[in-house]
Amino acid sequence: MSAAPQRQGPAATMPLIEARKVTRILPGIVPTMLVQGIDLTVGENEFVAITGPSGSGKSSLLYLLGLLDLPTTGEVLIRGRATAHMDEEERAFTRLSMLGFVFQFHFLLPEFTVLDNVTWPMRALGRYPAGAMKTRASELLGVLGLGDHMNKRPDQLSGGQRQRVAVARALANEPAIILADEPTGSLDSRASEQVFEVLRDIVEKQGKTVVAVTHDLGLAERMDRHIELLDGRIVGDEQHQINAVT
Amino acid sequence: MNLILDIAWTHVRSRVRQTGFAVAGVATGVGFSIMMASLMHGSQNDFTERLINTLPHITVTDERRKPPPQPAEQLFASAEIHGLTPEARRPGIKNPLATMAALESWLPGGIAPSVKVQAIIRYANHDVSTTVTGIDPRREASVSELPKQMRGATLNALYRATNAIVLGDRLSDKIGARIGANITLQTSQGARITAQVVGFFHTGVRQQDESSAYVLTKTGQILAQQTGLINELRIRLPNALESREVAARVERDTGYKSVSWEEAYEDLLSTFIIRNIIMYAVVGAILLVASFGTYNIISTITHEKARDIAIMKSLGLSEFTVRSIFVVEALIIGFAGALVGFVLGYLLCRALGTVRITNPFLDSDRLPLTYTYVHYALAGLVALASSIAAGYQPARKAARVHPVEIIRGAT
Repeated sequence: MSAAPQRQGPAATMPLIEARKVTRILPGIVPTMLVQGIDLTVGENEFVAITGPSGSGKSSLLYLLGLLDLPTTGEVLIRGRATAHMDEEERAFTRLSMLGFVFQFHFLLPEFTVLDNVTWPMRALGRYPAGAMKTRASELLGVLGLGDHMNKRPDQLSGGQRQRVAVARALANEPAIILADEPTGSLDSRASEQVFEVLRDIVEKQGKTVVAVTHDLGLAERMDRHIELLDGRIVGDEQHQINAVT
Repeated sequence: MNLILDIAWTHVRSRVRQTGFAVAGVATGVGFSIMMASLMHGSQNDFTERLINTLPHITVTDERRKPPPQPAEQLFASAEIHGLTPEARRPGIKNPLATMAALESWLPGGIAPSVKVQAIIRYANHDVSTTVTGIDPRREASVSELPKQMRGATLNALYRATNAIVLGDRLSDKIGARIGANITLQTSQGARITAQVVGFFHTGVRQQDESSAYVLTKTGQILAQQTGLINELRIRLPNALESREVAARVERDTGYKSVSWEEAYEDLLSTFIIRNIIMYAVVGAILLVASFGTYNIISTITHEKARDIAIMKSLGLSEFTVRSIFVVEALIIGFAGALVGFVLGYLLCRALGTVRITNPFLDSDRLPLTYTYVHYALAGLVALASSIAAGYQPARKAARVHPVEIIRGAT
């Protein structure tokens, strides 16, 4: 784990992710508008909350920002690079190398150990030598308080522990940004707080950007920025005071 | 371990029962395919071997492939002539010793002259049409297995009596002749001699054993009523499979019709092709059925693993990688099935080899089996290919999963 960098504040440099007039319509007999005309810029070292009622398009927006889904119109740029022309392989590589995902459910591979679950994205990317992968995964798990559980399988862990493993997996390839979809949604309040603190540490100590969809307005208020969605549109984008690490 | 292999191995290993059934399916297919190929190939080899051992590899007769042109046709090339009787020629190979010497100068194998005559054997109110071949016993070992196929006496017994004869064992059974019996041989030209039975032979080819007899060349010439007649040269090669080419050269050199054993039994050998097609079709069908098991397990795994596939794709594994994982799983099943199938096939062949059978067409009381790595390689390759084919479709389907749909469904 790298040493804690000085926080730069939101959008201090080139935007990490930029959505330009992004609209997503689900085709069907009755087409469904998921998000419409979203203009959004997320910079480095931001801790962003996306909130809104159910069906407001929070997760859809997150999937569009994470290249898991394609906009019907508009475009998403990652580090200033347009993604509309990318083929499936290129989008997959961008996700693997530049983005980290945490979902409401941990989605860990059940047959693999905790350590294996954290190392497989590194093995897929092939950026690190074999020995370094294990070392890095051990360090990540140690920092997240899972040092004693590395050889356990996911079903031997609690919900909060599993979600922290999912966070470690998301961090494995050192992505600049973590996209989290209701990361605390399936956890009790204590585990939720633990995961929230982990995400906050990622921003504050590692200088990453975290964009998290959440229903919990209490958590959203504790983040740097709070984007509110309603019926697929941004109806609020509020900056909170940055808790700079000194 | 490679990531694809690691995930694939973990998937198949964590479903011991399902994987076991799929592997057993492939193994059964491979095992029975090997057994069947071994049996079919064995019986074919056994039959071919008996043909090769019984017959000379090449038989040169005093016939011509095409009838020689008549003198009138040569003189009047443009005329169409009807009703001419073909020019009668003296039977036999002209100057046989010189012809043999010329052939021996380049032929790799042995060559022996003989006289073949059609005759009727009369004994104890039995009249049986027989092919009587006049041979030189000293040369016979170089062109046929007859000396080894003798029963009750050696081939040299032909020298023991005037007009001695050895009969096929089935022929002797048919007419009831025993050693020492005096039988009458009569030809269509009216020649008639009495010959003494001095031995029997058994080739294993029913047609030969039922209607063939051997005498000395001299006796054959007496039956043919032509002194010095040699109407057949029999050739044996070190490699029987070269006989077609060598026969063609002999025919070019001598002008006489030269027939290889393959040509003589062309119809029969062509049935082997049909037999082989049937065999490979059945083997293919067995392995195809086995591949349904592989398809089933890969389909089940991809169905069960839809969520894992979605998460792997969402985190950045490409479609190719996801597809490769499941194709490799199919390959693991196919490979394991092939290995177990090899052992099963070998054991089945061994077990089949111990089965005692009674077949009038076979000398041995055991089933003829051929053991060759080709059967194993072929069955293994087909098993792997069918496993890949069976795994590819569900793998392709799995790789095309849209992660968002699965993740939304799961949440």
